[in-house]
Amino acid sequence: MTTAVSLPLATVRDLVYLVAVAGFILALKGLGSPRFARRGNQLGALAALAAVAITFTLPALRHSGRNLVLALIAMVLGTVVAVPVARMVKMTAMPQLVAIFNGVGGGAAALVSITELLHLHALGDKPAVYVTAEVLLGVLIGSVSFAGSAIAFIKLQELITGRPITYPGQQAINAVVAAAAVALIVVALVTGDLAPVYVLLGLALVLGVALVLPIGGADVPVLISLLNSCTGLAVAASGFVLDNNLLIVAGTLVGASGIILTRLMSSAMGRSLPNILFSAFGAVITATGGEKGDASRSVRTGTAEDVGVLLAYARKVVIIPGYGLAVAQAQHVVRELADALAARGVDVFFAIHPVAGRMPGHMNVLLAEANVPYDDLKEMDEANAEMSTADVALVVGANDTVNPAAKTTPGSPIYGMPIIDADEAANIIFLKRSMRPGFAGIDNELLYDPKTTLLFGDAKDTLQKLVAAVKEA
Amino acid sequence: MIGYAPLLAQLGGTTGIVEYLTVFVLAAFVGIEVVSKVPSILHTPLMSGSNAIHGIVLVGALTIMGEAHGTAQLILGFLAVFLATLNVVGGFVVTDRMLEMFKAKPNERAPARKSDAEDDPKETA
Repeated sequence: MTTAVSLPLATVRDLVYLVAVAGFILALKGLGSPRFARRGNQLGALAALAAVAITFTLPALRHSGRNLVLALIAMVLGTVVAVPVARMVKMTAMPQLVAIFNGVGGGAAALVSITELLHLHALGDKPAVYVTAEVLLGVLIGSVSFAGSAIAFIKLQELITGRPITYPGQQAINAVVAAAAVALIVVALVTGDLAPVYVLLGLALVLGVALVLPIGGADVPVLISLLNSCTGLAVAASGFVLDNNLLIVAGTLVGASGIILTRLMSSAMGRSLPNILFSAFGAVITATGGEKGDASRSVRTGTAEDVGVLLAYARKVVIIPGYGLAVAQAQHVVRELADALAARGVDVFFAIHPVAGRMPGHMNVLLAEANVPYDDLKEMDEANAEMSTADVALVVGANDTVNPAAKTTPGSPIYGMPIIDADEAANIIFLKRSMRPGFAGIDNELLYDPKTTLLFGDAKDTLQKLVAAVKEA
Repeated sequence: MIGYAPLLAQLGGTTGIVEYLTVFVLAAFVGIEVVSKVPSILHTPLMSGSNAIHGIVLVGALTIMGEAHGTAQLILGFLAVFLATLNVVGGFVVTDRMLEMFKAKPNERAPARKSDAEDDPKETA
């Protein structure tokens, strides 16, 4: 197949792949710094484009007209679907979108591995054992990532409940499925047959679903980061199968950095990675604690008019946005409120918890989209330093990130998580949909604080009433 | 048990796999090193950006598409190319959109819409 003409071309191709690899490393580096993040991403896109373009010089692809046309059709279709979706989707739906793009990547990696195995078998010779092993790993990890991301998407899209889904014997069933997958890998390696690979594909899909079902809302972003890392490794595995260094390096980069990122995210939540992994893979320790006895305790509720007056005549107001703000799509109204207060001369800023929203950094994106000036967003430490001088802390759809139990209750699941010290403000206003606890499923003492006033209802509606009340005050 | 000895024999007999493993291990260290210090506001874009990078599996999908014979391989290859394209194109576009909104300072907005040039050639490449 390799002619004298195509030999230098193969070298050129490998060199372009090498340049692309360097581009990806620089892209990742850039994505880690606020100044270069966007350029880093664009560099990554450029590197990917160059690598994909040079791949069309592959003799097999160039000389098979039908395959080439099919490949081009698939790419055009993919682009036609991906670009509008990526451009149009609401910023609040970003985490789902990342989940789904990650999932299809994992699916693609599994398909690449399995198709190459089919190809080798069709050629008549049984592939070497290590090739089969690479294929099996690629199929297993890629399929788990595909199915897991699909469930994460469905959870985030709220097509099913975001709460952990558990059933009796869940751990045991998962263990059996995992053991069966291992057994299949052994069988496939020993026999070199195709049939066990198909069964493994099916089992891996089941495993992906089963692993994600018991994971509750707060852990889903960490989970997506982990699945992102998995897809990277699946891509690396397909690189091994195809003898392609570009795929090995790019996949491994993502796999390794994904693990680190997962750890960074979990430490931003005040939890260790083993803790996240442990509770993520089965034990639903955080989900049900302490919903008892709420009814017997009294909370103070207020009206939008009263709170509007309180806000309008405050000197300093700290707005603490959380997950509920994103759900209610209320980021534009909250900016209106901030503007209305600022117009009256109130010193107002937003206190952003590192894990506010549905993913780390998500709240910054949401508020940036609503044109809240960057200067008005203060990170947790900076905000806490000013909290004791604030007249009002307005908590919009946040709960766990202001829960003092993180500091005061050693047994609490969120104990040790850094929080925004809303309790230090002179008045605390909670905008809540209901008395339902937050993601972590634990009661919030702050709700019963004598300084606290609750405003029940949809965050967007309540904020609109507050804007009106502030303007009239 | 049966497959173990042949596996070792094959490993001993192929320099290729060891070279690839070397690349793999080195790449893992680079990956760990590169993202060790990232501010939390960039966690989401970084996740999204690295998500786009593993979309380069498109290169693998195109490779198998080139050598695919028979209906089954063609269908699987087609699906692989389609899914990988979704991953790589969607991943980079959505990350760019996210980062577009991060203003380093209020009056220092990066020039927008540069990424369009990168998406379109892929359709015709």
